[in-house]
Amino acid sequence: MGKDLSVRVCGVKLRNPVIPASGTFGFGLEAADWFDLNVLGGISLKGTTLEARPGNPTPRIAECAGGMLNAVGLQNPGVEALVAERVPALRACYGGAIIANISGFSIEEYAQACAVADRCADIDLIELNVSCPNVRHGGMAFGTDPKSAAAVTEAVKKATRKPVLVKLSPNVTDIVAIAQACADAGADGLVLINTLLGMRIDIKTRRPVLANTTGGYSGPGVFPVAVRMVWQVARACSIPVVGCGGVASAEDVIEMMMAGATAVQVGSENLRDPLACPRIVAELPEVMDRLGIDSLKDIIGIV
Amino acid sequence: MKQGTFTILDNARLARDTFRMVLEGDCSAVTGSGQFVQVSVPGLYLRRPFSVSDRDGDRIVLVYKQVGKGTAAMAAMAPGGTLDLVTGLGRGFDVAAAGERSLLVGGSVGTAPLLLLARELQAAGKAFDVALGFGDAGLAFYVQEFKALGAQVKVATQDGSLGREGLVTDAIRALDGTYDYFYCCGSKVMMRVVSEALPFAGECSMEERMGCGTGICYGCSIPTTAGMRRVCADGPVFRKEEIVWERI
Repeated sequence: MGKDLSVRVCGVKLRNPVIPASGTFGFGLEAADWFDLNVLGGISLKGTTLEARPGNPTPRIAECAGGMLNAVGLQNPGVEALVAERVPALRACYGGAIIANISGFSIEEYAQACAVADRCADIDLIELNVSCPNVRHGGMAFGTDPKSAAAVTEAVKKATRKPVLVKLSPNVTDIVAIAQACADAGADGLVLINTLLGMRIDIKTRRPVLANTTGGYSGPGVFPVAVRMVWQVARACSIPVVGCGGVASAEDVIEMMMAGATAVQVGSENLRDPLACPRIVAELPEVMDRLGIDSLKDIIGIV
Repeated sequence: MKQGTFTILDNARLARDTFRMVLEGDCSAVTGSGQFVQVSVPGLYLRRPFSVSDRDGDRIVLVYKQVGKGTAAMAAMAPGGTLDLVTGLGRGFDVAAAGERSLLVGGSVGTAPLLLLARELQAAGKAFDVALGFGDAGLAFYVQEFKALGAQVKVATQDGSLGREGLVTDAIRALDGTYDYFYCCGSKVMMRVVSEALPFAGECSMEERMGCGTGICYGCSIPTTAGMRRVCADGPVFRKEEIVWERI
């Protein structure tokens, strides 16, 4: 029997729940030479700001047990280039959901960047990045306090008619309080989790491995943290939750959905396996069959 | 870009802490010298990038220096074993840019990709000579391989145990020839010195800590005259004037 992999996120239908996560899939087009992007439920584009940014100095990457640290620091061409060049080029070969990930350094900047993204008909969803740990005076600063998370959500909702997903940081004491604040401020959905703040030291040079000193930890090691947070938030909030963090297999996708995720993002796994997303999509029907699942919609939040 | 399983045909010590691994598999994505592959080392999360040092049909050669966990694990691998590789990565050397006579400049393990480049130059009927720099004689490799291709080869070692005592720039000075283009691979400092010392055009194969190796994570960006560009996908080979050396 044919399996139903489709899900709906904030009114946008996805052919399956698998979405490469922001920052681990460039601006989408890079991978078009390797596989047909149309197998993907959606694509979350690299974090974009109002103005172009060069990002942090190198090294930006460090290996660690169960994953990696990154401190790329939002290198991006700016939102005008995103809507004028990157998104139209991607849309020319991709029919699924395009998610623009927007970051900023002030509430006004977030709102302005989202207003620019709003003009682009090819962007289906906006992912508000209030959780980037690798930039100073912005990013995560907005996502670690319920009041500022609500304020930026509210300002952005006024700047766009597109559905707004707020991407949350795990580097907080109570993620449910932040999630509820965003939902109350009008967020249409939530994405969690962004990376966990980490650090490595080179014991030979007695210096941090990353030029930025600290970076975001991601990979299979964070998966149980992500599942726990998705479960907590999905139970407490009525808006859709997109699960993200350490997902590397079709089984992980199903586990994340059972925890309460409506769709699932695949992040670091794309770095070690450039064909991770198409592999996971291809594996889903067989794993569903083994578990007696006919439609993925039936298992969302079943735990 | 192609992902596939490769069989280790040989994995032998080439110089001190330096190994030469011969791998057999689908090499159809490997289009030229200066490109690299990403090796998945069991037990480690991220793949490790290595330039393609030589190629013969479905066989590629990787030359690597044992510096960390990944390369230590590779050094212990026996022929007959397999490795998961992503091949055909990066934009390599521009053979068409070579003029009358080119200068190939290699530093330490950065010498590795110049061998395949030398074969391509020879196949294209382009003349070249080679200048190599190593710490000492025990670290030197490929001197005979370049000589076998008919090139003039000069070596400099920091302790004078092989060739001239000094740096690769001393090896360049020892060459007898007139050059109009160079190809360089070595440490960042060495490539900057070579780029500034040589009065003619050339290109350098850059190195940076990588995440993906495929262009999607932006972990390896370096400052260029066209802004921050990815070593893995926009490079690793850049023309010398494209690189903002004072910020490298």
